[in-house]
Amino acid sequence: MSVAPAKPSWTARTREAAVAALPPEKLLPDSQPTYVASWIYIFGVASIASLMVIIGSGVILSLKGPAWWHDTSIGHFFNSIHLWAVELFFFAMVVHLWGKYWMAAWRGGRTRVWITGAVTFLVAVPTALTGYVSQQNFDAQWIATQAKDGLNSVGVGAFFNVTNFGQMYSYHVLLLPVAVSALVVAHVLLVRRHGVVPPFPLAAEWPRAGESENAKTPGLTGVEGVSSDADGASS
Amino acid sequence: MISAGVLGAVFNLNHSAHVVHWHFFQMSVANIVLIVCMLLVFALAILLPFPGSRRRAGRP
Repeated sequence: MSVAPAKPSWTARTREAAVAALPPEKLLPDSQPTYVASWIYIFGVASIASLMVIIGSGVILSLKGPAWWHDTSIGHFFNSIHLWAVELFFFAMVVHLWGKYWMAAWRGGRTRVWITGAVTFLVAVPTALTGYVSQQNFDAQWIATQAKDGLNSVGVGAFFNVTNFGQMYSYHVLLLPVAVSALVVAHVLLVRRHGVVPPFPLAAEWPRAGESENAKTPGLTGVEGVSSDADGASS
Repeated sequence: MISAGVLGAVFNLNHSAHVVHWHFFQMSVANIVLIVCMLLVFALAILLPFPGSRRRAGRP
C-alpha cells in the first residue's frame, strides 16, 4: 500500500519560495561589480545609516516625552540628533535619487526597485512634516497652520488634521515610520534580487536596430552580482 | 573646544530668515545654500575617483 506524499506546509512553501526568489548568495553576496566602486553608490547606504539614527533617537524621544526634549540639556541633544539625522537622510536620499534617475536605474527589469525607492521618498516627506508639527512649540503651531492651509487648498484637508497633535504624533511615531521602514526593506531586497544597476554602455556598445539592448550591454549579463535579463523579465 | 557662544556669534540665527524673492521664485537663503551643496556633492561624487577603484578595475 503506497502512502501519498505529505503536502508541504505553508511554512515550507514560504521558505522554498523565499529561497528561490532570493538565494543566500544573492541576499548576502561576497562581492559587487567593479562599477559599484564609485562615490555615487554611497548615498543609498548613507540614507539607510541616517534612517537608523533617526529611528534610534526617535525611540528615545518618544520614551521620554516633550517635557524632556524641551527642558533638559540631554533632551535638546537627542532632539538635535533626531533633526540633523533627518536633514542628512533627505540630503543623501535626494542625491541617491538624482544619481539613479540619471543612470535610468529602472533598466534591466528593475522597475520595482525604482518605484519602491521613489515611493519611499514620497512617504518620507509626510513623515518629516508630522515630526515638525509634533514638536510642541510655536514653530510646530506655525508649520501646522501653514500646512493646514496648503492641504485644504489641494482638497485633502478633510482626511486628517495637521493641527491635531495626538493624531499627528501617532502618524509620526508609528504609521509613517513603519511604512518608510517596510519600503526601505523591500527596496533593499529588490536591489539584492536584481543587482545594482550598471552604468550606461559607451556609445560604440549601443545595440543596433533590431538587437536586444541587454545583448550588448555588458553590465546587464554575466557580471557577478547582477541579475540576468531573464531574471529581470520574471519580476 | 568651541563653545556654543562662539558658534552663536558666527551663526547668528536670532532674526527672521533671509529670503530670495525674484518674480514668482521665493526661497529662503538656507534652502538655496542646501540645494547648492547637494548639487556640489552630486558633482563631486561623479567626478572624484573612489579609493581602490582602479585596482578593482584591473583585477582579472
